[in-house]
Amino acid sequence: MDMRLTADEVAFRDEFRAWLEPNVPADWPQWREKPLEESFPYLRAWQRKLYDAGWAAVSWPREYGGRGATLMQQSIFWEEMARVEAPPLANALGLGLIGPTIIAHGTPAQKARFIPKILSAEEIWCQGFSEPNAGSDLAALQTEARLAGNHYVVNGQKVWTSYGWVGDWCELVVRTDPAAPKHKGLTVLLVDMKTPGVEVRPLRQMTGESEFNEIFFRDVHVPVENVLGAVNDGWNVAVSTLMHERGAYGARLILTFKRNINRLIELSRTVQRNGRPASQDAILRQKLAQCYAEVEIMRLNQLRAFSRITATGVPGPEGSIQKLFWSELNQRLQQLAQELLGPFGQLAQGDVHAVDRGIWAYGYLRSRGNTIEAGTSEVQRNIIGHFVLGLPRSY
Amino acid sequence: MQFGLNESQQILQDSARQFFAGEYPSSEVRRLLETDTAFDATMWAKLAEQGYTGIIFPEGAGGVGLGLVELILLMEEAGRALLPGPFFSTVALAGALLRTMPPHTATGKYLSAISRGEARATVALVEASGGWDPADTQIAAANGRLTGEKLFVTDAAAAHWLLVVARNGVFLVQADSPGLRVTPMRGIDLTRKVYAVTFENTPAEKLCEVSAVPKALDIATAALCAEMVGGMQRALELTVEYAKTRKQFGKPVGAFQAVQHQVADMYLELESSRSATYYAAWALEENAPDAAAAVSIAKIYTSEASRTVGNRAIQVHGGMGFTWENDLHLFYRRAKASEMAFGDASYHRERLARLVIDGAAIAAQGA
Repeated sequence: MDMRLTADEVAFRDEFRAWLEPNVPADWPQWREKPLEESFPYLRAWQRKLYDAGWAAVSWPREYGGRGATLMQQSIFWEEMARVEAPPLANALGLGLIGPTIIAHGTPAQKARFIPKILSAEEIWCQGFSEPNAGSDLAALQTEARLAGNHYVVNGQKVWTSYGWVGDWCELVVRTDPAAPKHKGLTVLLVDMKTPGVEVRPLRQMTGESEFNEIFFRDVHVPVENVLGAVNDGWNVAVSTLMHERGAYGARLILTFKRNINRLIELSRTVQRNGRPASQDAILRQKLAQCYAEVEIMRLNQLRAFSRITATGVPGPEGSIQKLFWSELNQRLQQLAQELLGPFGQLAQGDVHAVDRGIWAYGYLRSRGNTIEAGTSEVQRNIIGHFVLGLPRSY
Repeated sequence: MQFGLNESQQILQDSARQFFAGEYPSSEVRRLLETDTAFDATMWAKLAEQGYTGIIFPEGAGGVGLGLVELILLMEEAGRALLPGPFFSTVALAGALLRTMPPHTATGKYLSAISRGEARATVALVEASGGWDPADTQIAAANGRLTGEKLFVTDAAAAHWLLVVARNGVFLVQADSPGLRVTPMRGIDLTRKVYAVTFENTPAEKLCEVSAVPKALDIATAALCAEMVGGMQRALELTVEYAKTRKQFGKPVGAFQAVQHQVADMYLELESSRSATYYAAWALEENAPDAAAAVSIAKIYTSEASRTVGNRAIQVHGGMGFTWENDLHLFYRRAKASEMAFGDASYHRERLARLVIDGAAIAAQGA
């Protein structure tokens, strides 16, 4: 056990830092307040800059334009990005989830066609998984694809699609064999979002924004060469995408959580409570310390999981608790912010009395979705109970 | 960065697990808890033979010379077996204090006697105020003698030496000293006995200043967290096994989500406690700047987790979990005593607040 960075890790950090510091755009703070529709071209340009310098997808193998970075190096990458408050990457799903799935399951022709444009943000990707009647029970999805000569004809509806409004391509899970057991009749298609019959509608969420979309498919033609992996093996392909979703994401969140708890501690010194700074209020001190401890434990759980994967090549049992831990922790952290800020916590961006441009009112509402998206807390507990602890399947 | 065990740490953990499982089955734990001190000379000799009594002491003093990560691995396995008797008090508490204090003419002699399994010791800290901060101490030595009372002194009746934290230093009192009275307190944990100790003009040898105490208490606290992690691990194993085999409504109770989700939460609480505890031990060993904060974080989380894990374990066991015959209450009892020992979660939240709220403010002012 040694928690210090190795020489290789330090070298990786220094190399990236040397590139990042002079290249990170200085005007991001002015852009970040604007709607994503407006700032998206800016984010594409930022990703393109990383791509040109070879930093767009450090986790990918070198032969596909990555750097073959270890999990610790990936963690360092996100830490450095957060440290200089760099803008996010435009093609987040393409880089984080779908690119790796194409690398794992795609044909040489598919890799050559899609991979470079994912890296350069020339083509933005979205993910067509959930449906109105297939959420936690994803394998119950009903969007169907019938083979008609050299193409499939797709009909159905997807929902909760991030980046649907800007997506050029979609990783779409469809049912190709309605007679087979539900996990066995699925196939993954790579769908051009400009194909006739694809209709994208915004889905307005409780925060008021539309991060997600609904997508309708009416007699959409998809050429057979756009099947990813084997026909009727779509469940395995989709699961490999979801594994990426639960893996690397946590490393980025830790920095956000650290920044948030440190900011709350800073605010507690100026917010008044019973005639004194809140930082001197016995009860709020207890709550701030508890939250600080839990954020640190989230970091330690993540590092232990990374070390386990690095040592054994497979995700260890710690990995499965990350999603459950961070999503519930964020709800506690946001509630603590509300408690600390009193009536001002509820004020949204644009109000002259809002604290920190309204991020706490937004964060409180947004965190409600954390225990639902990317696998509900109930599904995470089922996974731990059945797959980690070996209890009988409960569903 | 490697947050995992190396090969020799893995070997130590495996052999400790085998040793404790073989030597301390439930029947042996229950035999010992019925005795006055839970100490057994034959068992103690075996602990010494394994090198466990000297694990963190310098080889020059007859010890094994290993570090605090190794200590917590050993304590975790001891906790999993609910090891009764004065091992924690002697090695992780008094031993940690002797190891931490500035070299004294006699410390080598004490450590070598402990390492060889010939002597046992404990620390007398808490007084009537119930405070775990050495600053709460009222008792003071005068002319090489102590008068006053210490409470919750673990394993005092099995100890040859009591290391007494006083206002003006740490003093060693021999168990056979005049004016020393050791009276059992009826603690909830049957496997680790606690005592009220009174001194009346009792001869005491000064070992060091009080400034050596906080680091030693941090080591003991991390070791206790590790012991709690081991207890939680065992409670989880027993509960998973029970949930798989106990049937109601025609199926294992573990197939019901209301039950399964309790067990999943036990797992989350256990693993999070383990991450926090391992890191605290490493940070202490390396004298990392955040070592004290890391210890408080571990104690905050582990104190509450070990209570919650115990609650869930008993709930899943239903009526069986509430019986004397089932071992869970033995773990549950120890978890409560350990939750309080060296400060409960509230105590450590305040300590952490001083470090990260007040401390950071002071640092910012200085900058």
